[in-house]
Amino acid sequence: MKTNRANRAVRTPGGLSVRLDLRTLTVVLLLLLAALAASVVLIGTGDFPIPAGDVLKTLVGSGDAGQEFIVNELRLPRVLVALLVGASLGLGGALFQSISRNPLGSPDVLGLGQGATAGALVMIVLFSGSANAVTLGALVGGLGTGLAIYVLAWKQGVHGYRLVLVGIGVSAIVTAVNGYLLTRADIVDAARAVVWMTGSLSGRSWDQVWPLLALCAVLVPLVMANARGLRMLEMGDDVSYALGVRVERVRLLLMVAAVLLTAAATAAAGPVSFVALTAPQLACRLTRSPGPNLLPSLCMGAALLVTADWISQRVFGADQLPVGVVTGVLGGVYLLWLLVTERRAGRI
Amino acid sequence: MSASSSTELNNTRSTVNRLTAESVTLAYDQRVIAEQLSVEIPDNSFTVIVGPNACGKSTLLRALSRMLKPSQGRVLLDGQVIQSMPAKKVARTLGLLPQSSIAPDGITVADLVGRGRYPHQGLLRQWSTEDERVVQESMAQTGVAELADRYVDELSGGQRQRVWIAMALAQQTPLLLLDEPTTYLDIQHQIDVLDLCAELHEEQGRTLVAVLHDLNHAARYATHLVALRGGEVIAEGAPNDIVTAELVEEVFGLRCQVIDDPETGTPLVVPAARKARAKAPAVAATEAS
Repeated sequence: MKTNRANRAVRTPGGLSVRLDLRTLTVVLLLLLAALAASVVLIGTGDFPIPAGDVLKTLVGSGDAGQEFIVNELRLPRVLVALLVGASLGLGGALFQSISRNPLGSPDVLGLGQGATAGALVMIVLFSGSANAVTLGALVGGLGTGLAIYVLAWKQGVHGYRLVLVGIGVSAIVTAVNGYLLTRADIVDAARAVVWMTGSLSGRSWDQVWPLLALCAVLVPLVMANARGLRMLEMGDDVSYALGVRVERVRLLLMVAAVLLTAAATAAAGPVSFVALTAPQLACRLTRSPGPNLLPSLCMGAALLVTADWISQRVFGADQLPVGVVTGVLGGVYLLWLLVTERRAGRI
Repeated sequence: MSASSSTELNNTRSTVNRLTAESVTLAYDQRVIAEQLSVEIPDNSFTVIVGPNACGKSTLLRALSRMLKPSQGRVLLDGQVIQSMPAKKVARTLGLLPQSSIAPDGITVADLVGRGRYPHQGLLRQWSTEDERVVQESMAQTGVAELADRYVDELSGGQRQRVWIAMALAQQTPLLLLDEPTTYLDIQHQIDVLDLCAELHEEQGRTLVAVLHDLNHAARYATHLVALRGGEVIAEGAPNDIVTAELVEEVFGLRCQVIDDPETGTPLVVPAARKARAKAPAVAATEAS
């Protein structure tokens, strides 16, 4: 008998079994490969170009001293930040979209980015804080906004539309606050704030890599362990509850994880727009599988951000254009395309 | 089982039914739907809960399936307070098909039915051969096996309801609760779904509890009928014993005749006509009550 692709698994003689969807696995591997390949190319890109072969040689520790400095100290951390931020945004976006059961329920739309921006602006404008203070401010701002959305949307369980609508409302308020803060800033602070707000990877170092890596190392396994519950949640609260999912617990845990991932990514690179929105959608179209598509979204996010950074450096020269501009343009085009095709398909 | 010992003391009856609500008060926020309501679901019955709109029948079903925590009283499953039991353990004993369910975009029938296996699975036991077998069996029983690879969005309402029932069957629970399983279906598919329920009840000995709107369907298919009004049980028992014109008037406020269903001999409720439309002598009226 032919097995439906959703129900394929690898089994051990001992009775253990793990679901395995070949198409999803292939997509994950290809995206990983793409992200890594783009990373190598990106490391080689800049005022001092290095061929991909030399980059690889240097990465495994057998390059010459000059290249080693450029690769390991200057460019590798930046690429790692790009990979981690992209992965966090992709995963956070997939979680939010799945919880809200709405492709627009992504952290950008819900105001998490704006919340983090508010925190960063407070630090830049009111306190002229250091880079670390700005990062901390963004983190606190993002987490605070996430908490506010959850509390406001919570009424015997957070529901999709309410979550999106409350998020849009919160986003509008925070955007207004951000506008006010910017008008209060002097020109130097304002310039610094605007660069931060666009989302940029320039000058990112190992200081940004480690905290993000640690957070991902904790949250990604935690999220994956609860992915089966999330898959059930897509059928509505009642059905998942009847199937024995601890609905509120799973949802709260995953929302906290998503908020943390998004806030940390935003704190590291600024509110890089549209990655969280588009990565899960693109991943879903590649896997052609319902369900949260968490791992594919994570890999897609990483690949997207590294590629966008490469485009911004390649086309406009090193550090001329913040990566957020590229993701914004690409994401905006993608969103319009999505709206047009969905309308043609009669879904909107 | 040690956990059930406490309730055995309270319960002097020789047979204890698996699912009971003991003087529960049910409320949404401050709005009280039912007070001191006690209902027992007889084991191996096809129990149907009927009553007018807003009488609390769906609320009762939600309480029985632990979706709604009673503000007073308790719901017992196998002698244990249902809220205190592990979620997956309840889900292996008692299934619920809610009134409206969401099929995720682009999900296939086999995938959806397979999700009913969740309470039997774990992190390292994600899809066993047993899961596979039960899913095939559930799809065969509900007649959707040939739709396995179709998308749920493409199906007709009747097919879709069968798929959802298959998902609930895959859960393999001895007790299955259905909230208005025939709503939104045309008459042919309503009967189709109810026949399927009757089969599941008769052939597999599952205890079924359904909320139904149509009193005649309820009377035809139920082995045990619970009539609710305003959060109170007005009557319960076999349809042939309790469905009378008086009961229907009391519960639904509807004047009617009750005659024998020519197909099954169960009670058939014929609402009284408006004066202008009534035939002069009512032919069947003599047989009723």
